[in-house]
Amino acid sequence: MTRLWSAGRLTYLALAVTALMSIFPIYWMFVVASRTSDAMGQVPPPLTPGGNLGANIARLFTNTDAYFLTGLVNSAIVAGTVTVSVVFFSTLAGFAFAKLRFRGRNALLLVIVATMMVPTQLGVIPLYLLMTKLNWNDRLPAVIVPALVTGFGVFMMRQYAGQAVSTELIEAARMDGCNTARIYWNVVLPALRPAAAVLGLLTFMTTWNDFLWPYAVLNDPENPTVQLSLRALSDGYYQDMSQVFTGTAIATLPLLLVFVAFGRQIIGGIMEGAVKA
Amino acid sequence: MAVQLDARPPVAPAPGTTRPSRGVRLSRFDTRYSPYLYIAPFFLLFGVFGIYPLAYTFWVSLHDWDLLGADHPFVGLDNYSELLADPDFWHSVVNTLGIFVISTVPQLLLALWLANLLNRRLRARTTWRMAVLIPNVTSTAAVAIVFAVLFGRDFGMINWLLDHVGVDAIDWKANRLASWVAISAMVDWRWTGYNALIFLAAMQAIPRDLYESAAIDGAGRARQFWSITVPLLKPTIIFAVIISTIGGLQLFTEPRLFNSGTNAIRGGPLRESQTVTMYMFENAFAPHYNFGYGSAIAWLLFALIAVVAAVNVLLLRRLGGGARKEDPR
Repeated sequence: MTRLWSAGRLTYLALAVTALMSIFPIYWMFVVASRTSDAMGQVPPPLTPGGNLGANIARLFTNTDAYFLTGLVNSAIVAGTVTVSVVFFSTLAGFAFAKLRFRGRNALLLVIVATMMVPTQLGVIPLYLLMTKLNWNDRLPAVIVPALVTGFGVFMMRQYAGQAVSTELIEAARMDGCNTARIYWNVVLPALRPAAAVLGLLTFMTTWNDFLWPYAVLNDPENPTVQLSLRALSDGYYQDMSQVFTGTAIATLPLLLVFVAFGRQIIGGIMEGAVKA
Repeated sequence: MAVQLDARPPVAPAPGTTRPSRGVRLSRFDTRYSPYLYIAPFFLLFGVFGIYPLAYTFWVSLHDWDLLGADHPFVGLDNYSELLADPDFWHSVVNTLGIFVISTVPQLLLALWLANLLNRRLRARTTWRMAVLIPNVTSTAAVAIVFAVLFGRDFGMINWLLDHVGVDAIDWKANRLASWVAISAMVDWRWTGYNALIFLAAMQAIPRDLYESAAIDGAGRARQFWSITVPLLKPTIIFAVIISTIGGLQLFTEPRLFNSGTNAIRGGPLRESQTVTMYMFENAFAPHYNFGYGSAIAWLLFALIAVVAAVNVLLLRRLGGGARKEDPR
């Protein structure tokens, strides 16, 4: 029996190979990003970083096809706003669904779960028409506003609030004269903090990473998100691959930093969500 | 701990014994209606930007709806019948299903195997988990560009490696099947570790004495895996299959950025790797701006996802039926 759970050398070898294959494309991205463009044609391909990163960054940020700096700033604005909003509204609604009694609660929760199953593609065209009407095309609100709430977030917070927030504590606070808003702020929100952090991280990453909808609605090449800058770079006719890879590396860097800092929580969140599903 | 202190202000006004007045009425109003206030933002925003577009897509799909056209004549189901006879549409359906099958099957099998490895007693547990998850937290667009280079015909590293084992250079972008394989490789690279963690979570919930009694009965490792782990994981496997189906059939970013230049949205000059979503984009936005036709594609894509998900669930039920009888429980 112990044999079944022990990890032999083969286990470690298999895991090491998997880990290597997971990390290699990212590592190689940074290798090419720090070299000159002829690194691409070399045989065998270079596997260590070079010293050209600074020059590549300089070229990238002055490239008028990509508007890379604008893209970075835009993505930071979009992902930041969306994250704060999703966390706030999800904890609020999750608290209401888990701990407050009101008419139609179960039916409304069912609606929220149902919204999680609808593919985004289905709404892209009318959303585009709506943005045209609102005159938001090519502007950031077009990307931000539709993402301000998610069914996933509400559902996740509802599940977590059910077990993490004690009903006695809420009742005690009510006895002491707290109104519901005060209870949310002083009792519920602190108790939800761990799950809210995971939701925030996941939301930030998804939003930073989003491509389809920004690609549809932000057509002005001078006002892209960072992912759209990458598209402009890779669709260009020049083959300045080290510059393109500098772009992909910088666009990936925030996600990697978040992951290095909070990887444990993210893994915990994914695994916990899986058991409940 | 700080929570409790905050929640009990030292000078709580005694609930009015003398006057059941404004305060009480206010708090009754509060408990009855504030829940609606808390869930309202979701329903308002989702109503405007989620539900309304959904219904409106269907409405648009019944019209000849051009970007430039001043009016949009009602054409009934014309867009749909035109679409069903459109070879380019069916071509994109076959591409999507092909990429889906090539990517999902190995992905889920690998994830099961990987989860089984991660479920052993490991040193540096968290590090291994992070290592397999790291592809999932990278930028899809960035990775698609990097893989497009790795799969390059002349200078790509994959062809260089293949050359060492005596395989001639493959033109990954110009060959339909090869482009499916390359795109599937990106998808698998990104999602295998994620699915492995989902499976791992479910595996850890399986009581270990099941394995002990199986071992006493003489079941080996492989037998235990197929007769205990897999059947008990069935709900999680179904969940993962459905999620992969929804994601796989919507594939867009990877194939779009795998191709570059003028034919990118067509998935190459001969539409080698154009998925349904790409075809929808080609029609609905640049260059055609035919919103009616694009909306019809969106609805057929939705139908396709529903059908494939249902077929998957039915198949998995069948498969699991045989295994469950051997379940020692």
